[in-house]
Amino acid sequence: MTHRAPPLQRTAGTHIPGEPGLWVLIFGDLSVFSVFFVVYMRAYTKQRDLFEASHHLLDRRLGLLNTLLLLTSSWLVARAVEAVRANVPGARARLTAGMACGLGFVVVKAFEWHAKVDAGLTLNHNAFFIYYFMLTGIHLVHVVLGLGVLLMVRSRFDAQGNWTGSVAFAEGGAAFWHLVDLLWIVIFALLYLI
Amino acid sequence: MFAFLRDRINASWVMLVTASFISWEAGQIPGVPALGVGQLALCIAFAKAFLVGREFMDLRLAPRILRLPFLAWALAVPTLLVTLYSR
Repeated sequence: MTHRAPPLQRTAGTHIPGEPGLWVLIFGDLSVFSVFFVVYMRAYTKQRDLFEASHHLLDRRLGLLNTLLLLTSSWLVARAVEAVRANVPGARARLTAGMACGLGFVVVKAFEWHAKVDAGLTLNHNAFFIYYFMLTGIHLVHVVLGLGVLLMVRSRFDAQGNWTGSVAFAEGGAAFWHLVDLLWIVIFALLYLI
Repeated sequence: MFAFLRDRINASWVMLVTASFISWEAGQIPGVPALGVGQLALCIAFAKAFLVGREFMDLRLAPRILRLPFLAWALAVPTLLVTLYSR
């Protein structure tokens, strides 16, 4: 018989999700990306006509599809953490489904990049595409890292799907994955919508 | 359906998906100025990002030392971006 720990109780204003040190990384990453966003916007305003014309060369539907994939992935991972905290079954299945959505994002992005390169829209095409490949490339590295982190979290379930690690470990891995989602939300608006 | 939406995480996901469609569709409406669409898209994007942080990353229950910098980020960066974009 598997012993189940009691559900974790959290108090407002005191609960740090994951390990405290992780938040230094999260806020650091957020700051670096914010600088990228401001630099992009300055370039946009200096060459508004070029950026507006170039952004119409992107497939907005693929941008939206990737947004929905990451939002759904984030939702499933948040539900998985909720199940880990409450110590109820279903966490591993939710985490796996969330990772599948994350993999879907990578496949869509690879397809999108391939189509752009095929059409001659490479890094050297113009200033917009330098930013497009830079922002989406650095973000894609984060997606792959995030999937690796989620894989580590997933390895803490036993064969029956019971959580064997600390709740903070699940929360920390999930927080990094949500950061990846959060950054994409802004990148999607900057590159595909304005 | 109502039971599904009573859960904060589920309700947040529905709001995030709905907001994504609104900002995507806003660009398709004929006659709407591009500048207004862009400003709206940026504001919606940061509102979504804030919701992800608050509900999915669980900053809602975090101490002020985490909540305040995140709130400052969610206000300062879009303000700067919209100001630059509108010039």
